[in-house]
Amino acid sequence: MTAQLKRVPVAAFDPLAARADFEILSRTVYGKPLVYLDSAASAQKPRQVLDAMREFASSDYANVHRGVHYLSAVATERYEVARENVRRFLNAGQADEIVFTHGGTEAINLVAHSYVAPRIQPGDEIVLSVMEHHSNIVPWHFLRERYGAVLRWIDVNDDGSLDVDRVDAAIGPKTKLVAIAHMSNVLGTITPLKDVVARAHAKGVPVLADGCQGVVHLSVDVQGLDADFYAFTGHKLYGPTGIGVLYGKRALLKSMRPFNGGGEMIQEVSRERVTYAPPPARFEAGTPPIIEAVGLAAAIDYLSGLDRKAVAAHEDDLLRYATDQVKELNWVRMIGEAKNKGAILSFETDDMHAHDVATILDREGVAVRAGHHCAQPLMERFGVASTTRASFALYNTREEVDVFVAALKKARAILG
Amino acid sequence: MDQGLRELYQEVILDHSRHPRRFGALQEATHTGEGYNPLCGDRVKIYLALDAENRIQDIAFEGKGCAISQASASMMTDMLVGRTVEQAEQLMSGFLHLVKGEDTNGLAPEDREQLEVMGGISEFPMRVKCATLPWHTMKSALEGGETAKTE
Repeated sequence: MTAQLKRVPVAAFDPLAARADFEILSRTVYGKPLVYLDSAASAQKPRQVLDAMREFASSDYANVHRGVHYLSAVATERYEVARENVRRFLNAGQADEIVFTHGGTEAINLVAHSYVAPRIQPGDEIVLSVMEHHSNIVPWHFLRERYGAVLRWIDVNDDGSLDVDRVDAAIGPKTKLVAIAHMSNVLGTITPLKDVVARAHAKGVPVLADGCQGVVHLSVDVQGLDADFYAFTGHKLYGPTGIGVLYGKRALLKSMRPFNGGGEMIQEVSRERVTYAPPPARFEAGTPPIIEAVGLAAAIDYLSGLDRKAVAAHEDDLLRYATDQVKELNWVRMIGEAKNKGAILSFETDDMHAHDVATILDREGVAVRAGHHCAQPLMERFGVASTTRASFALYNTREEVDVFVAALKKARAILG
Repeated sequence: MDQGLRELYQEVILDHSRHPRRFGALQEATHTGEGYNPLCGDRVKIYLALDAENRIQDIAFEGKGCAISQASASMMTDMLVGRTVEQAEQLMSGFLHLVKGEDTNGLAPEDREQLEVMGGISEFPMRVKCATLPWHTMKSALEGGETAKTE
């Protein structure tokens, strides 16, 4: 008999090792270890991101694209390397299809103002789903108020999933844009974005994807999706606040009028007229978030250095583990149980208001979100005023889920 | 249990929130006001019936919200019946100081004693607005003003 060599399973992703990169996770809250389950609102930052920003600011910083001096050239290089980094991350074709904004909200507002608004006649339609975040609703309300656009809402199924046929049905001859989340910040639903794009394109309608949640949990390929616009924010992606990204197809970006006016976005300014720089500079008026761009690039490097499939499997495991336990509580009603969903768990509790639940959880060190999650049309759809939401990130663990569930039971004991 | 939580969710408060006093509409209301907390989506409506001497003859509330806002509305309506508008505003001012953990010398001793159960909220700054929403709404009802908001 020959000794069989045992294959030792190699942990493709070790959440405990990753936790060590996030210093804040070792702090306590009210004397209890912090259990941070609010990453869908904003994720914590690994030291690699913080270090990159500090090192850049303390050794290579200057304004970009302006000075002829040495540091300006170095900073410009770093800023453009960050852009290239984002391009690779989204698998965009060209770096000039990547516009840096100050957040996801600004990226969507940019599309509304610069692409859609000039094309709107009264009665023209914007198609969007009821599970959009307010940042992908209010810019379209602006177009309704100012230009007479009509909002056409796509409903979701009771489990929170979205049928692509409903998207199809909502698109008509007057539709100017489909605006849809890649992943819902409340339900966790992952939308069939590629199919949505295909159906919209079959009718000649472009699609804007709100990727603020999607980009965190999914591997995004904007060319594969064929999305016309893809917007996301840095701070949910383990990066800094104050920076976001708009990916736009080059031809569309080139056809768009400027957004903010200021330095950097011009070709030439005289007393009589102004001409504009080509994209992406056209949409980056003023001094851009330079240090934040370096931080975002570091966050992308950090994620890219992990086995993202294994990270996704870990997050999925947390979601299932938490869902199974929460569903055992007969006083909890889950909201959002689509088959294809990311690591977000929203629920309502009998006779307990979400804010009371969140306050009690907080005293146990467990940070969750309670409220309408900037998605009031969705709250209305499900007939609730607010929900409690636990959202999981790569650094969460099963032990933390246990603490969360125990705290939930404690809330019930106090309030129920 | 955590001492702060024990003070926040005292039995008196839970009792008010589970069995709110003066809950419902008031047909003979002379003043109404609506309050809204945009942060959590909570709503409250206050009905007031004032007599010729500007005294609160009757008061009621409707709405949905957390234990704190419901208990606060319930206690408030209970305490305001029979008071003049001026007294109601004085009580409100004292209450606002109380929930912020400030000096409550403006409150009559018996009022302070009754409201003291709400004092624990001062340790939960994110929740103070839950407690004050019904009071701001009552004030806006008296002033016939716009929807009261707390955030």
